[in-house]
Amino acid sequence: MRGQPIDQFATTLPPDKRASVYQSTKATHEKRTKLLFDQFADPNRLRELAGEIKQHALENLDTYLPQVEARLRANGAQVHWASTAEAACEAVLKIMQARGASRMVKAKTMVSEEIELAHFLERHGIEALETDLGEFIVQIDHDHPSHIVRPIIHKNRREIATSFEREGLGAYNDDPATITRRARQYLRHKYLAADVGLTGANFVSAESGRLVVVTNEGNSRFCLAATKCHIALIGIEKIVPRDRDLAILLNLLARSGTAQELTVYTEFITGPKAAAQPDGPEEMHVIFVDNGRTEVLAGDCREILRCIRCGACLNVCPVYRQVSGHAYRSVYPGPVGAVLSPLLLGEKFPQKADLPKASSLCGACNEVCPVNIPIPDLLLRLRHRAKEEHVPSPGSPPMGAWALLASQPAAWRAALAGGKLLNYVPTKLIPVPALQAWAATRSLPEWRGGEFRKWMKQRRTKGRRD
Amino acid sequence: MNDDREAILARVRGALAPLRERAPMPQYDTDLAVMRKLIAGRDLVELFSERIKRVNGLAFTDVAALVEYLRTGGWTRGYCDPALWPRLAPHFAQGFTVETEFDRARVDDYAFGITRAAGAIAESGTIVLNDATTSRRLGALAPWVHVAVVERATIFSDLPQAVAELGDDRNVIWCTGPSKTADVEGILIEGVHGPGAQIALIV
Ligand code: SF4
Repeated sequence: MRGQPIDQFATTLPPDKRASVYQSTKATHEKRTKLLFDQFADPNRLRELAGEIKQHALENLDTYLPQVEARLRANGAQVHWASTAEAACEAVLKIMQARGASRMVKAKTMVSEEIELAHFLERHGIEALETDLGEFIVQIDHDHPSHIVRPIIHKNRREIATSFEREGLGAYNDDPATITRRARQYLRHKYLAADVGLTGANFVSAESGRLVVVTNEGNSRFCLAATKCHIALIGIEKIVPRDRDLAILLNLLARSGTAQELTVYTEFITGPKAAAQPDGPEEMHVIFVDNGRTEVLAGDCREILRCIRCGACLNVCPVYRQVSGHAYRSVYPGPVGAVLSPLLLGEKFPQKADLPKASSLCGACNEVCPVNIPIPDLLLRLRHRAKEEHVPSPGSPPMGAWALLASQPAAWRAALAGGKLLNYVPTKLIPVPALQAWAATRSLPEWRGGEFRKWMKQRRTKGRRD
Repeated sequence: MNDDREAILARVRGALAPLRERAPMPQYDTDLAVMRKLIAGRDLVELFSERIKRVNGLAFTDVAALVEYLRTGGWTRGYCDPALWPRLAPHFAQGFTVETEFDRARVDDYAFGITRAAGAIAESGTIVLNDATTSRRLGALAPWVHVAVVERATIFSDLPQAVAELGDDRNVIWCTGPSKTADVEGILIEGVHGPGAQIALIV
């Protein structure tokens, strides 16, 4: 098979999966737009503001990180730092071992997926159970999530029912309510038996040291109600300056991601539980993870670190809708992943240098992004970098022919007219081998080459007449 | 680990040093993030009751009606915050078994949990719990029905106000409707890990 890796994945995606990804992303996106524009006086200003807040936080991390560390310590939490994925995994393991702990329940955290924590802990004899329903299913299937907030957007109920049956969670039943009920029953006893609850954080306020964790299912709350030790794995880019900034970001997060006004559970944690509260962690550890982030901060794409992982850019992206999440071969799929995944690889950037090319630069991701990240600009910067670093580009149509045409007006006009032929040729038969992987999953819009010239000509003639 | 701290902070400083200027902290009014049209001129109890319904929760102002709701649903065994029980007990006459201790070994025995809320947010239909006010984190989470007793005077109008009033409690949680998922084929299912019914009793 030819083509960029992302296209190879696209061609293997079954049509029913593509259809389900397409439908649900589209529906969420449409609802999001309605919510934001009906309810706020100036939603676009709100997005810009959220972007400015996070950009300010990023460009002052040298002040805010020590500040948040001091606050957390004062609140009774222990603070750790991890430069790499390995260091972060080791830090978690050390905490577990110091407690003699062997069972962990995990709320969804992108960082833990990024550092492949669950696999690492399993190798050390520690059960690290995913508790978000989708992530739990991904885990029992040894699969990978395909969407930031909808990890099993690529699976249907029949596949899930089969997995549940295989795992001994009851006889085959593909009713989504029954599936959910069974997971509820199974997981609640796991929470209660676990030693440690692991979460991420959506935001951390430097002013108060408050961690903000949001979930719809309540799984992260269950981790923090049932276990005695809380470990929070947090990327250093999650800092916001003040508590008041949280109201802006929380209002945008749920609306952008899942078209809700607010996520069901929004938890604000400043330290271990209060002494009078019987439930919850007596011990709290916060691990700040770098794993490539400082390098991104030093580069010309640092805006991507504003990302609050809402998933809106995935939902609106015409490429994501076609190829689904696995094609991005990373925990961060879609437009955000196309920028972040190659960047986080550091020197190994070329491995994912195809991702920034998987975009039509239509700009939709920028328009929906709640922190106003100029994703198309960043993609262009990364394409440029790939070129500078001479990353080979398998399957891209050679530009030589195009350059020749574009520099010869007569040839260009002829090609525009000739292009009309494409309207009558099935895309699969287009005789450009490099295009075939691409064409197998897409259809071309109607050829309208030459229309602009025609229009200009008519306009001029008309202008003279008037 | 300490080495990592120094290394990370040094890299952060190194990354930011070349910036000619740093992005300033934007000045703004949090009112921008308030649904003004919705709130203007409204009674907060009324608005909260309306908004909690929109997120598939429920609000009661009458204890007898709440008890009837529990009875009809077949939720007759539950947990209640010991501080609330003396006031509520007279309404829970026959057919109810209510414990004022939550035994985590019998987590499935409690069909409902009644706890005190630290407040509520009208705009979003949110119940606010914290460690100081809410007797048990598990009692408000594990049972199928959660009833939060909300005092009228503690209802905030909007999110920015509720954030400003977070206070110094180690743990504050906003609960907006029942626990839910749409992970399976995008179909909404309530009661995933937490309550399938999120209820406010306004007193
Ligand atoms: S880049 Fe923007 S739209 Fe995409 S996930 Fe991040 S915050 Fe959301």
